[in-house]
Amino acid sequence: MTEKNLRFAKLLVLVNAAVPATLLAWDAWHHKLGANPVNFAIRTTGMLALIFLVLTLAVTPLRKLTGLNWIIFSRRTLGLYAFFYACLHFLIFFSMDRGFNVSGTLSEMVRRKYLIVGSIALFVMIPLAVTSTNAMIKRLGGKRWRALHRLAYVAAIAGVIHYYMQVKADVRQPLAFAAVLGVLLGYRLVEFWRQRKPAPASAAAKPKPGA
Amino acid sequence: MKEPNKISAKEITPPATYFNRRKFIETGILAASAVATGIVYRTLNHPAAGKVKTAKLAGLTTATTNAADGFRVDEAQTSFDNITHYNNFYEFSTDKEGVASAAANFDTKGWTVSVEGLVRKPKVFALDDLLKISPPEERIYRMRCVEAWSMVIPWAGFSLSKLIDVVEPTDDAKYVAFETLLDTARMPGQRSGVLDWPYVEGLRMDEAMHPLTLLASGIYGNALPPQDGAPLRLVVPWKYGFKGIKSIVKIKLVATQPRMTWNEAAPNEYGFFANVNPEVDHPRWSQATEQRIGESGRRPTLPFNGYAEQVAHLYSGMDLRKIF
Repeated sequence: MTEKNLRFAKLLVLVNAAVPATLLAWDAWHHKLGANPVNFAIRTTGMLALIFLVLTLAVTPLRKLTGLNWIIFSRRTLGLYAFFYACLHFLIFFSMDRGFNVSGTLSEMVRRKYLIVGSIALFVMIPLAVTSTNAMIKRLGGKRWRALHRLAYVAAIAGVIHYYMQVKADVRQPLAFAAVLGVLLGYRLVEFWRQRKPAPASAAAKPKPGA
Repeated sequence: MKEPNKISAKEITPPATYFNRRKFIETGILAASAVATGIVYRTLNHPAAGKVKTAKLAGLTTATTNAADGFRVDEAQTSFDNITHYNNFYEFSTDKEGVASAAANFDTKGWTVSVEGLVRKPKVFALDDLLKISPPEERIYRMRCVEAWSMVIPWAGFSLSKLIDVVEPTDDAKYVAFETLLDTARMPGQRSGVLDWPYVEGLRMDEAMHPLTLLASGIYGNALPPQDGAPLRLVVPWKYGFKGIKSIVKIKLVATQPRMTWNEAAPNEYGFFANVNPEVDHPRWSQATEQRIGESGRRPTLPFNGYAEQVAHLYSGMDLRKIF
């Protein structure tokens, strides 16, 4: 992968990930969001946040399985788009649905379990977005940065649960998300377990009873 | 001697052209991929659209009674387009915006409705005969969905009580049970196990006999489109929308409280009475406000959906927080 091709690939991801937001805004402007436009926009942005979270978490397994190391470049962009769509999701709810009523929004959020779970997903993404720059990676150090960014798993799990909890009866779509997420997280568990396996010979690694 | 590997200077692409070509190809790929992404987005996520046309109802009258009876709500009516493209009708699709297209070719030819049970004159009505019981009246009702959105719909039909009177219920008849068509070929949504088919609903006798309780065969002066419950549906304006069972094939008068589909799917969320009540929240969301389709912002939900004056007495002495 040449430097130039990589730059172009970055641009491709950047532009394509913005297409849904652009079309959503275009449709909203032209009153083409159907009978319940606010609900449509909330649902669409929520779904997009989940899709981009899943895509973000798919980069590492794909990279290891295919050996295409260069695709790692897309992880940050995809992750930031997930955060972007999640923020949009919340902002449309807060502004168009709740009419900018802060106390009303807060009391609603505290009383509804699915909103609490959704808020967790959104909040854990904030530090991830803030520490997404190269400078922050350097400042935190690779190890700590990687540990912090495991919060992405929390965001994705909470996001899927948040979706599942508000469906009335047809849970097929949230379950499909859960299945894909299960595969992606399962892959990491297996990897983690495989990397630990060669080490049991060392006595230091063995947990002592009562320790 | 000629050197075979030597490329003459004029054959080398000048750098300017080379970079232009790269730019050109990149722009092409970028545009093509953006279009492809846009098509995928549009395919997976589009609001419903399309023309709906059904026959004009003959002999439609406006209800002679006045607004105080609740027959004609004086609020802006929801557009025909929205009423026909935003439907909860799981027999066709669980996607409210997908019902219209999934139900478009629903065939109601030869429809019959069996009215049976604790009655002196049970009868299987051909639809046309049933509709002859009384000329259709226009009733403009609020419709409040349990999902916290609402509409104002100009229905056409007549009070259910008129049909019940025809079959002469016995004194043992205390409830009315309703059933939707079960036909996986015509109602593809019934192939999924999302709900326990066929859809069933029920009313207490006094609710069923209330003049507001409507057996509807049309909206906006035309026959009901499939997505709104063709050819015959129930409308109980002071209850959540799911009580308004659609595409009815059976009405049975019974002695005990009948089963209802949503109650069996989630007993803690959907009660038998399901009266619109801003004070009793759905366990997962508030019922205090609603999104009126076609309006921006939310409006407060009214007790009994604004029909308290007409129906609250039916429930006097009942704790509607416990019996919801």
